[in-house]
Amino acid sequence: MRVGLFVTCLVDLMRPSIGFATVRLLEAGGAEVYVPPMQTCCGQPGYNSGDRAGARTLAAKVVAEFEGCDYLVSPSGSCSGMIKTHYADLFRDDPELLERAGALAAKTHELTDFLEDVLKLDTLPGSLAATVTYHDSCAGLREMGVKRQPRALLSRVRGLKLVEMTECETCCGFGGTFAVKFGEISTRLADNKCQHIAASGADAVVLGDLGCMLNIEGRLRRRGDMKTRVLHVAEVLAGEQS
Amino acid sequence: MQIASMHFKERAHANMANAELQRNLQKIKGKFVAKRRASLAELDDFEATRETGRAIRQRALDDLDVWLEIFERNATARGATVLWAETPAEINAHVLDIARRHGARKIIKSKSMVSEESELDRAIEAAGLTVIETDLGEYILQINDYEPPSHIIGPALHKSKEEVADLFAKAHATPRKTEINELCLEARGVLRQHYLTSEMGISGGNFFVAETGSVVVVTNEGNATLTTTLPRVHVAISGIEKIVPTLEDVATLMRLLPRSATGQSISNYVDILTGVKGEGEFHGAEHMYFILVDAGRSAVLGGELREALRCIRCGACMNHCPVYQNIGGHSYGWVYPGPIGSILTPSYIGIENALDLPQAATLCNQCGVVCPVKIPLPDLLRKLREQEFELRLRPWTERFGLRAWSWLAARPGLYAMATRIGARVLSWMGGNEKLLHKLPLAGGWTDGRDMPAPEGRTFRSLYAGKVPK
Repeated sequence: MRVGLFVTCLVDLMRPSIGFATVRLLEAGGAEVYVPPMQTCCGQPGYNSGDRAGARTLAAKVVAEFEGCDYLVSPSGSCSGMIKTHYADLFRDDPELLERAGALAAKTHELTDFLEDVLKLDTLPGSLAATVTYHDSCAGLREMGVKRQPRALLSRVRGLKLVEMTECETCCGFGGTFAVKFGEISTRLADNKCQHIAASGADAVVLGDLGCMLNIEGRLRRRGDMKTRVLHVAEVLAGEQS
Repeated sequence: MQIASMHFKERAHANMANAELQRNLQKIKGKFVAKRRASLAELDDFEATRETGRAIRQRALDDLDVWLEIFERNATARGATVLWAETPAEINAHVLDIARRHGARKIIKSKSMVSEESELDRAIEAAGLTVIETDLGEYILQINDYEPPSHIIGPALHKSKEEVADLFAKAHATPRKTEINELCLEARGVLRQHYLTSEMGISGGNFFVAETGSVVVVTNEGNATLTTTLPRVHVAISGIEKIVPTLEDVATLMRLLPRSATGQSISNYVDILTGVKGEGEFHGAEHMYFILVDAGRSAVLGGELREALRCIRCGACMNHCPVYQNIGGHSYGWVYPGPIGSILTPSYIGIENALDLPQAATLCNQCGVVCPVKIPLPDLLRKLREQEFELRLRPWTERFGLRAWSWLAARPGLYAMATRIGARVLSWMGGNEKLLHKLPLAGGWTDGRDMPAPEGRTFRSLYAGKVPK
């Protein structure tokens, strides 16, 4: 089984360790991981900001890079959601690319969904002696149907205790360029999220998207909370690099 | 209503700093969300009902001209007069004309958001006539010098009991009451007099039923029942898109509307008003008028935002919107707030007058999943963003930034070099703390948040070093 890893531009730039954790998890599940070396961005920033032409160019690039794989897997609900649920709209006037994008969408998965429901990864390498709470990212939850999968996986991590926070399904306020264009509103939403995390009593918030991660961590630290950890689900499941 | 949508950011800022408003917003948020969820559990299959609701509304829109003609024929056959308003100004002209024809001096009114589009109350007063709002929320706003509504089903939801108590004491010159019951009774006492002494009643219309020529009005206070049946003349005002083919369609939509709106299985009152009072009949107005309003709707029908016209005005999208929940309806600056407002406002008053609205959403799709008629709200917001981008209505820095990003990301070699340097520099800037407190061109982010610094090397460069060539 050849799995194409779409690492995402944010993991590539900000947190390469999450990319390697993802590789370890996929390999632990028996997948042959292929990382297209020239991959960059799925096109979502342009798509969500009105630059359709720019988004199309990048989407066509992703389709060409990954269509030869059995699966496309990404450690992001947002980017996998873009590929799975929005590429069809981008190529609505181009029957050939529409068909190819449709074929790719059908085999595109968010990481935890793939680990739990396709690879059925039972034994997880990671261990974490901590109480954590899970933040559902918007696209993961509402575009990719990711809700049960990360919780099921986390429940099998040694030492980990999962508690739910209130409004775990409410947006953290990131929203891509929204976070900069409407910084004050975005910060308010992030602040609400931080309050819910604090109220849950968790030592760490675990999530599946870099956008939420930077936003929540950025707000926690500015609030003066240097203690609550913000972890990507891949890091928790894969454990520390040995 | 005066357009203030261009001042979205300033208004949102002020509303987030308003402690009283924030308390009120927090209080209503949980109620709407929890009550809706509980009431949906009563339906055997919400998703199936929702799909039927979508199909009913879409069927009406697909042949809107035909259904409107059928409605006009059936309403006219039952003695009503159907009038058309192409612009908001024509709504007011029709109403004043009807009032003149029937010698009406005092007009009583139940809630109509469409009449807010034309500032009908102000026009009625300017003509020397009296108008009294009877929806409790609208009445509260009217006696507060026509404060704009902040929500489409609860226009005064932003106000606390205490604020209303102050207003009543001042407007009614009565001792200040503090219990909600007392306040309601006081309003009822004032309004009852007006119902009995008004010559004309104006209502909105939740649905126009083509097969019977009826208007359906949904309320909880019963004020529309009195408004539409006690005065001699009844005028129902609503948008042309509010047509549904049959009464059976109304029955289906009524399973969705109150549940999505307030979490009720049915609203306290549902008036279905058909034709004028007949010979020997006891109830109803002697003269009945329908004002069917275009005011931008037919243009939307022919464009890529047409699905927005399926809206049945339940308010679920705003009740569940994290942005609305924190900034309140007044921030949006026109009649319709929240996600649906951010689509309708630019469509009806011009995108150049509401540039921020389509952008002021995280596209979290909470609105899309609760909409009872499956309007893909985030997709429609995105289409408006495309229009703004293509019409060059966004700042050049933003357009340049986006173009530069897609240009760079389409050139993987150059991209790899740029990101390698970027990761290094930002990582170094983050220091031991691994946090950036300031970022050029991203003050919107760093004013209220730090930016976690990158690890220092890109995944692509590290992975290339590990994989045997």
